[in-house]
Amino acid sequence: MKNSIEIKNINKIYDGGFQALKDINLSITEGEIFALLGPNGAGKTTLISTICGIVTPTNGSIKINGYDIEKDYRQTRSLIGLVPQELTTDAFESVWATVSFSRGLFGKKANPAYIEKILKSLSLWDKKDNKLMTLSGGMKRRVLIAKALSHEPKILFLDEPTAGVDVELRKDMWNIVRDLRESGVTIILTTHYIEEAEEMADRIGVINNGEIILVENKTELMQKLGKKQLTLELTEKLEQIPETLKDYDLELKEDGTQLIYTYNTTQERTGITTMLNAISNCKIKFRDLNTKQSSLEEIFVELVKK
Amino acid sequence: MNTQAIKAIYNYEMARAFRTIGQSIASPVISTALYFIVFGSAIGTRITEIDGISYGAFIVPGLIMFSILTQSISNAAFGIYFPRFTGTIYEVLSAPISPLEIIIGYVGAAATKSVILGLIILATAHLFVPLDIKHPFIMLLFLVLTSLTFAMLGFIIGIWADGFEKLQIIPLLVITPLAFLGGTFYSINMLPPFWQTVTLFNPVVYLISGFRWSFYEISDVNVGMSLLAVVLFLSAAIGVIYWIFKSGYQLKS
Repeated sequence: MKNSIEIKNINKIYDGGFQALKDINLSITEGEIFALLGPNGAGKTTLISTICGIVTPTNGSIKINGYDIEKDYRQTRSLIGLVPQELTTDAFESVWATVSFSRGLFGKKANPAYIEKILKSLSLWDKKDNKLMTLSGGMKRRVLIAKALSHEPKILFLDEPTAGVDVELRKDMWNIVRDLRESGVTIILTTHYIEEAEEMADRIGVINNGEIILVENKTELMQKLGKKQLTLELTEKLEQIPETLKDYDLELKEDGTQLIYTYNTTQERTGITTMLNAISNCKIKFRDLNTKQSSLEEIFVELVKK
Repeated sequence: MNTQAIKAIYNYEMARAFRTIGQSIASPVISTALYFIVFGSAIGTRITEIDGISYGAFIVPGLIMFSILTQSISNAAFGIYFPRFTGTIYEVLSAPISPLEIIIGYVGAAATKSVILGLIILATAHLFVPLDIKHPFIMLLFLVLTSLTFAMLGFIIGIWADGFEKLQIIPLLVITPLAFLGGTFYSINMLPPFWQTVTLFNPVVYLISGFRWSFYEISDVNVGMSLLAVVLFLSAAIGVIYWIFKSGYQLKS
């Protein structure tokens, strides 16, 4: 698989001195769905805007299919479709007119049949003559996607595609994105919904304070998530873990009143039964127990806190 | 050259004009007709001829220029300001088009509208006063160059403005007074000598004078000076726009 986007040492310092991007290095593979995850103000939109040519980087280079975004901006921009985060639409235009306008703007000859196909696939066909201001938020989001797809891009940026969208529509959106990937489009989406990244992405990148702090395959990330903890609330305080229990991955917490066992749910044998037997053999009594799985959310919060 | 993009922007802007035909065509035509009724017919009949031209006919070129100046500016300013205001400008900025193409699209459409408007006002004027245009091609040249120049100025204003107030401030507080004092309704020769000299610093004088010359061969300043002035303004506007795109001023961060 070849890289469709190569970002090298990108920095962005705004006029006021605020550094929105710090030495970003990232490669996006052709045909993948890449989720850029980060809290508000982390630099997600700045990074996307930089790739699309809306924000000029302070230094560094970005190549798209081998073309430089500044020198060969006509080639790179023709390859990209951008769905912005804000629902920015021309209130007085019709759906058909605004989508056709986008196609022309990106240098493609008018092709009513293609526009029709897009509108139909996004369930916008019966709204094609509606003025944009009469559409609901979810419909406007679809129009923005239609606009981004109007010039047949190879790479699609979705900046928070499901922000403020209800659950039903969010699922629709995910299906649309999957269909697009089927058709060979590389997709980069930003989100702060971890669930979304989990659901859609092949790879996940976490960005915080303008820095990429982690890029990993989703499945590998999920394996890390496979870790689970069993907490035993002890009846009596324990000074230290008895010698016979040393073989188990046990931790003593809360002044010796909690015993925590960490295990891997993806393994066939979790070892819980033998561990519990060993504990009862040591005459350790517990009054309660609970298990907890660290979610992507927690890993994320943990990463972002650092 | 991304001609599809130029076409898309141009058609889009022209469609906007036809959608708001009341505002972009009807209102300037009505206000011009009102000027004719008040200054041309009601008061004008009591004013003697200026340089052998009846007062009603004398003010025609000035009125056309006045409308062209204000309409070119507000059309182009609004055309680029509105997408900035709503945020849809992101699309233009991320599209594979050069600054030149953006300008041809936006300024070209605004200038086209002004030229059409000028011709409509000319036709309207013809209903009130007999007109005899001595140099139709020079008239058209002035019409087109002025429309272009001021559409560019409007484009600059539309980029500079960060609110609807700023959008209106230049046409209302600068262009309107300059046009009124620039010989729309009188010949500069009617002023005391001191004010004649002061008036020569008003750029609009050169535009109206040259335009009037193409109608009646009478002018306040030499027609060559007028042409030179238009070309100078046009170059200045191009210079500023070039700088805007070079620096990304108000468009990109």
